[in-house]
Amino acid sequence: MAHAPTTPPLSKEQLLKAYRQMKTIREFEERLHIEIQTGEIPGFTHLYAGQEAVAVGVCAHLSDSDYIVSTHRGHGHCIAKGCDVGGMMLEIYGRAAGLCKGKGGSMHIADVTKGMLGANAIVGGGPPLAVGAAIACRNRGDKTVSIAFGGDGSANQGTVFEAMNMAVVLKVPTVFVFENNGYAEHTGADYAVGSKDIAGRARGFGMPAESCDGADFFAVYAAAGRAIALGREGKGPATIEPRITRYYGHFEGDPQLYRAKDETKELRETMDCLKNFRARVTREGWLTNAEMDAIDSDVLALIDSAVKTARAAPPPNDAELTTDVYATY
Amino acid sequence: MAQMTMTQSLNSALNLCLEKDPGVVVLGEDVGFFGGVFRVTDGLQAKYGEHRVLDTPISEGGIIAAAIGMALNGLRPVVEIQFADYIYPGYDQIVSELARIRYRSGGAFNAPVTIRAPCGGGIRGGQTHSQSPEAIFAHICGIKVVMPSNPYDAKGLLIAAIEDDDPVLFLEPKRLYNGPFDGDPGKPSVAWNGHPKGEVPEGHYTVPIGSAEIVRTGAQVTIISYGTMVHVVEAAARSLNVDAEIIDVRSMVPLDVETLCASVDKTGRCLIAHEATRFGGFGAELMATIQERCFWNLEAPIERVCGWDTPYPHAFEWDYFPGKDRVVVALKTMLGLP
Repeated sequence: MAHAPTTPPLSKEQLLKAYRQMKTIREFEERLHIEIQTGEIPGFTHLYAGQEAVAVGVCAHLSDSDYIVSTHRGHGHCIAKGCDVGGMMLEIYGRAAGLCKGKGGSMHIADVTKGMLGANAIVGGGPPLAVGAAIACRNRGDKTVSIAFGGDGSANQGTVFEAMNMAVVLKVPTVFVFENNGYAEHTGADYAVGSKDIAGRARGFGMPAESCDGADFFAVYAAAGRAIALGREGKGPATIEPRITRYYGHFEGDPQLYRAKDETKELRETMDCLKNFRARVTREGWLTNAEMDAIDSDVLALIDSAVKTARAAPPPNDAELTTDVYATY
Repeated sequence: MAQMTMTQSLNSALNLCLEKDPGVVVLGEDVGFFGGVFRVTDGLQAKYGEHRVLDTPISEGGIIAAAIGMALNGLRPVVEIQFADYIYPGYDQIVSELARIRYRSGGAFNAPVTIRAPCGGGIRGGQTHSQSPEAIFAHICGIKVVMPSNPYDAKGLLIAAIEDDDPVLFLEPKRLYNGPFDGDPGKPSVAWNGHPKGEVPEGHYTVPIGSAEIVRTGAQVTIISYGTMVHVVEAAARSLNVDAEIIDVRSMVPLDVETLCASVDKTGRCLIAHEATRFGGFGAELMATIQERCFWNLEAPIERVCGWDTPYPHAFEWDYFPGKDRVVVALKTMLGLP
C-alpha cells in the first residue's frame, strides 16, 4: 500500500527538471559510449554515467549568474548547468557549430552564457579558478556563488589545498564538491586518499564539510543547499563529498583491470540515482511513472537528434586554426 | 614632468588603473598591508581597501589560478609574483589555463590577467631570486610577455598590460628598480633622477605592447637587447666608440619583427644580448627570425652574449652576468676590431 503523499523538498516543476537532466546526462553518456566505438569522435572521453545526481543535485540550486568549474569528466556538469545538448555534441565531434567552435572538445566544454567556466582536464586545475570567480562574486556583493567540481583525485592536488585555504582566508563563496567515485584514473581512492576522508580534510582547512550518498539526489540536494546557503549569506566556503561510483572506466577504452570483474554490473543494480529517484518520487506520490516515461522518450529523441546533427555537421574552416589565440590580434 | 624610479612609476600605473577601473584588483604575497617587498604596491591597500588590494597566502599556483577565475568573472586582476623565480608553482595554471582558455572556448572567454614578476640578477639573489624566465613563457602562445628597461616604459607598458584583454606576463628587471645599471658592480649605484627615461608623466599614458624601441641609431651593427642588458650594451658600445644601433625589444610577444629586421637589413650585423641562459633562450628565437628575414643582408654571423648555461650562481654572480666586457669582446669579433 502506498504512503500518503508528503510535501516534496522541491516543486513538481523542479522535480521534473531534475529527472529530465539526470536522464539526459545518462543517455548522453550511454550514447557516446556506443558512438565512440565508431571512431567518428576525435579524442578521448570520460563518461559521467552513474554520477548524475551529484551534478544535478548541486546545480538545482544555481542560476545562470552562478559559476561552476568542471573536470575532464564534465558532460554531466555542463548539462546540469544548462548547456545546450546539441551544442555539446557538436563540440565533442569537433564541429564548427560546437559550443566552443570545436576547439575545446569533450574535456574543455565551456559556456559563458551559462556560468560554465569550463571543463578542465588538469586534475585540480579548476578549484582555484572557482575561488577567483568567488572573489569577484564577493566583491560584487550580489550573493552569487561558484562551485568547484572535482573528483577524489583532485583532493590530493596542491592547487586544491591552496584553493581551499585561500577561500577560507578570503571568506569567499566557493562550494567544493568532491565527487568521490572511488577511483582517480586507475587508482583507488582507498589507496590514494591517505585519510580516506575528504570532507575531514576540508574541515581541517577551516570550513564546514559533510559527505553524503551521491546516488541519492535528495541527499545531494540537501547537502548542497546547506553549503550554498552559507556562501550566499557571506559565510565563506564549504565542502560536500558525495560518495558515488562511475559506471564506465576512467576514459572510454579503459580496460578497468583495477576493478572487480562484475563490479560495475553490480553497481548499476545497487547505486543508480535514476532508479533511486524514481522509487522515491513514486513512493511519496510526488511524480508518476507516466510523467517520467514521457521524459525518457523526449530525451532519447533529443540525444538521437544531437548525434545525427553532429555527425552531419561540417568541421571548422582551416582559417579558424589561428583565430582566438589572442583577443587583440 | 615628474622624476620617478621604476618602483614609483609602476606604483603610479597601478594607482591610476585602480582609480580608473573598479574591476582592477591587485593581489599577491605581502602586496597589501606591507606594500610589496620591492614597495611597488606601497600605499595602495590603504587607499583602495582590502577587496581591491588582496594579501594572499604563499600559494603561487592558487594566486594565479584565482586571478584567472577573477578575470573570467569580470575583474581585471593584477598579480604580483614576488620574484619571477616563484612563478613555477603557477606554471601549469599559466600554460594550461591562462594562455589557453580563450582558444579552447572558441573566443568566448578572455582572461585579462596581468602577472607582474621581478626578474633578473645583479642583486646577489642566487639561483632562486635572479632568474630571467622570459623564454619559457614566450614559447607559450596565448600570453604576451613584456619587459621594460626604464621607468617611462615601465609605467606605460604596465597600463597597456592591465588594459589589454589578453593575459600579459610583465617582467620587471629588479636591478633597475632604483636606477640604471651598466653591468659594473664596482661602480657606485646611479639613480634614475637625471636619466631622460626617469622623466615620467603623472597621468595616464600607454606604451604599446608589441613595439620595440630604437634606443640609439647607428650604422655599424645592430645590438638587440632588453631589460637590464639594454644599459649594459649601451655602455659597451660607448666604451668601444662603435656606431651601434641599439634596440630595446620591450615586448617578446608579440615581437616587433619589422623594427628589428629593418635595422639589421641596414647595418648587416647583429649582436643579441640577454641575461638569461643561452641554450633555448629568447635570443635563439631572435636569431632564427633575423636569419630567416635578413640572410641576404648579413655581413657576419649573428652573435649572442648571454648568461652561461648554469643555474644563477651565488659565488660567481659577475662571471655569470653578461657584463660590459663580454659584450665588448663580441663586438670586436663581429667588427674585426683589434
